[in-house]
Formats: sequence, C-alpha cells, structure tokens
Amino acid sequence: MTSGADLGRPQAQTVGSDEDVVRVRQLVRTVAVAVRLSLVDQTKVVTAASELARNTLVYGGGGTVEVIAVDNGRRAGIQIVFADSGPGIADLDLALTDGYTTGGGLGLGLSGARRLVDEFDIQTAPGQGTRITITKWSR
Amino acid sequence: MERVPILKIGEILLVSIQVDMSDQTAVALQEDLAERIVATGCHGVIIDITALDIVDSFVGRMLSTIASISRVLDAETVVVGMRPAVAITLVELGLSLNGIRTALNVERGMELIAIDRADYDHDETGDDPIPEPTASP
Repeated sequence: MTSGADLGRPQAQTVGSDEDVVRVRQLVRTVAVAVRLSLVDQTKVVTAASELARNTLVYGGGGTVEVIAVDNGRRAGIQIVFADSGPGIADLDLALTDGYTTGGGLGLGLSGARRLVDEFDIQTAPGQGTRITITKWSR
Repeated sequence: MERVPILKIGEILLVSIQVDMSDQTAVALQEDLAERIVATGCHGVIIDITALDIVDSFVGRMLSTIASISRVLDAETVVVGMRPAVAITLVELGLSLNGIRTALNVERGMELIAIDRADYDHDETGDDPIPEPTASP
C-alpha cells in the first residue's frame, strides 16, 4: 500500500472552462491507474468523465468534480462526483435516451457515460442543479 | 490555446495529434485543416491519433466533421493509429464514426489514399475518353 493515504482523500477540480475538462481527464486517469484498473477500464472511465465534465460545463454552467479511490472490501475502484447548480434536468428518462440533445451535440454524453461505468447515480430536479456519481470497479 | 500542427508530405496533409485537446483546440484544428486543404490543393488528409488515450463524443464528432469538410473540398480523410482500448470504448459509448475511413497506421493510410486517387484518375479518363480526331470531310 503505497500512497494509500493520499488516494483515500477526495481530489477536487473546479470545472469552469474547457481546459478544466482536460484537467478532469488527467486527474481521473491518475487515480484510475493508482487503483489498478485495466487499460480498457481506465479508458472507459476517463471517457465517461470527459463526457460528464463537459455536461457540467455546458449544461450546468460549471461546477465541481471530485475523484476518490474506493474499496468495497473485495475490489478497489474509482468514484467520481460531478456537481453543478445549473438548471437541472426536467425529464431524466428523455435525457438518458441515446441521441437526445438540447445542446447541439450527438446526444451520447449522458447515455454513453452510463454504459461505460459500473454504477451510475443521478440526482436532479428543475432549478436544483445536477449531481451525478459514477463508480468503476477493478475486475 | 494550443494548436495542432498540420504537416504537408507530398500530396498529403498529416495531422498527428500529440496533446490532450481541449474542445477549443479541436474546433481550431477543423478550421485550420479546411484552410490548408484549399491552400495546398492536397487530396488526402491523414489524422494520426496514436497518442490519444481517449476519443470522447466531442472528438469523435470533430473527426466526422473533418472528414465531411474534406470531402466537400475534394480530399479524402483517413484516421489512423486508434488504440484498441479506444476502439472498444468508442463502440460502447455509441459512436460509430460514420463516414470516417480508418487504417492501422500512417503507412497504410497513405496507401489507401494513393489507391483512391489512382482509381479516381483512372475513372476520369475511362468515363470520358478523349474522342479520336475524325477526318473532316
């Protein structure tokens, strides 16, 4: 157990510009490597984080991302929380549909990110902002 | 903002993406490349993504857009060097990279463009043969 103490503490990154989205990717990559995810799983979780951090910026008007190494006793993993105080999502089912977009993108960010991780939790309501928690476990 | 360099090698433009691109950098590349295609008259564009450790929906869309813009400007685009983990992730994300041609490496990408161009030149002369001069009466 090297650097376990550092890993157990959440690392935060504010998201206010598209350079910050790049920083989120780098932070997630570092922690994913430290908890020994496979190369494919690292790639999946970094890609999911990139999609969700961009949503935080574009739809949420900016916010914060927290990355933490987790352990459920059997497996190690990485958990990431994306929080914004933007307009929230009115119709969550619709927002999670492939191809649905209000921002002129491909409509794959939210639905695609959910497919790339093991656990996906979203708390949102109109006017209440959005908080998404994702987890990827090592195999 | 960083800019991705565009190299001209013979009749081909080579873009080797070596940085973790911000969205702005990706959009700038789209515009720079369109200008270079017109300025050089090149008929082939190779985008080398060997160094990219992820391709998310934004970069995926940029690659599709570049391929479409190039086609309108009479140039073929080939994306080369995609890592296996990136390919797996892209498919699971739901990105099909419609309209994008791919090759495993730069060399094969260049071959693909050369073959394309040879076919194209052949078609041009084959479909529209120069008429034999006819003897005037």
